[in-house]
Amino acid sequence: MPNEKKTCKYAEKLNEKLAGCEHYQKFAKYRDHILSLGNDSLEKTIAIALSLCFVCAILVSIAAVALRPLQIENKAMDMKKNILDVAGLLQDGTDVHEAFAERIEAKLVDVATGDYVDGDVDAYDQRKAAKDPEQNVVLTKDQDLASIRTRAKIAKVYLVKEGNTVKSIILPVHGYGLWSTMYGFLALDADGQTVQSINFYDQGETPGLGAEVVNPNWRALWKGKKVYDESGSVSLGLIKGLVDNSKAGSEFQVDGLAGATLTSVGVTNLVKYWMSQEGFAAYLAKVRTKG
Amino acid sequence: MSDTKEVLTEPLVTNNPITLQVLGICSALAVTSQMSTSLIMAIALTSVTACSSAAISSIRNHIPSSIRIIVQMTIIASLVIVVDQVLKAFAYDISKQLSVFVGLIITNCIVMGRAEAYAMKNPPMASFIDGIGNGLGYSLILVIVAFFRELLGSGKLLGIEIFPLIKDGGWYEPNGMMLLPPSAFFLIGLIIWVFRQWKPEQNEAADFKIMDISHGEGGHH
Repeated sequence: MPNEKKTCKYAEKLNEKLAGCEHYQKFAKYRDHILSLGNDSLEKTIAIALSLCFVCAILVSIAAVALRPLQIENKAMDMKKNILDVAGLLQDGTDVHEAFAERIEAKLVDVATGDYVDGDVDAYDQRKAAKDPEQNVVLTKDQDLASIRTRAKIAKVYLVKEGNTVKSIILPVHGYGLWSTMYGFLALDADGQTVQSINFYDQGETPGLGAEVVNPNWRALWKGKKVYDESGSVSLGLIKGLVDNSKAGSEFQVDGLAGATLTSVGVTNLVKYWMSQEGFAAYLAKVRTKG
Repeated sequence: MSDTKEVLTEPLVTNNPITLQVLGICSALAVTSQMSTSLIMAIALTSVTACSSAAISSIRNHIPSSIRIIVQMTIIASLVIVVDQVLKAFAYDISKQLSVFVGLIITNCIVMGRAEAYAMKNPPMASFIDGIGNGLGYSLILVIVAFFRELLGSGKLLGIEIFPLIKDGGWYEPNGMMLLPPSAFFLIGLIIWVFRQWKPEQNEAADFKIMDISHGEGGHH
């Protein structure tokens, strides 16, 4: 081995340095003392447990700290991808960051009044806010259609722009399905009435059945559906079986998911909740009048 | 060297952790609906088993027997957290799909099983290879199961369409059951049957024999 001499030199140097260090001497003495003890002695048990925890803690912290920037970027990238997807702007090879910066504007909305509010849009986390007693509203049983218990006072919506005109509005929605809370985005045209797309980015429904909420073919069925009927109440929802497009009212209906009744009910409820006065109705009314 | 080779290849078929030892079934059911998730899971489990076996083996002479299991668990858990962090940083989409199952490697019986059965008695290098071998044995079954589940359940392999589906204008009607965890049970059962036909010495001796009634103890003649 050609490297042997070199490493030996370094090792020698290190040893010399360590030999000169008083603390290391103490440590080495204690280490030898511990290692010489019987495996079942109390002192050795405690020393081994502590030093193992110490080594493992260092290992885990190094991994967590060193990889955090990458993970945060992945998360942000993933969220942007989902938003572009529901806006219909995501194709193969799209530069996610560029497309997002160019076309999408995030805004904070006070859900109760429907007004935009100022604040740090990038830093605001609606999911966290929904759990924070200072930033959330606790829903009563009759209000809580979507089984979410609390909702954030402030919601983060995204406007899809073409030049200066708003083309569509992307609203964050969530609600309970069969196994999990499904988080997603609902994209509406600027009229606040016509659905453009829906996209669930976080759900834990049954693969192949309820998890078909992410199936592109099923999601495509939502395009062009209407949310509010003439009286202004929320009519959009899933029905059992296939929608007959020739029948009156089919513009408010989407095919239910086969074999996933409870997930379908969950999706209907979350749409009904978030489009109602408890949800974004006030905001959408303001968008419609102001344009 | 032949020893090393044996340690590495024996767990593939002759002493496969899933089919012979019937360990690690839980995650084999959960992550095998797609090839991509099972491959990542296989890599994750193999590296955890190999590294934890090596680490445990290197301190095996100094592990107090009263805290033996918790020492092994601490090492395994730390490695699993590291693997989970690495996946979140470099394979975010897949780590999202695997969700809790990476974390559950901690409780995977194969990892603990190898630590107890092999690493506590053998030197680090051999334990490392034993970990890789058993990880590969697990991977082999995972990939076989995922191959059939993804192909028959969604007509794809690694997300690439193989059988065009009827709903997209093709001819294949996917078998929805293949996407549900119970189908992995049937597949693993079939694989065990195939392995034991091929290698009859894997058959276990019956725990008891059903007696012929006419010669039974309680029978009247």
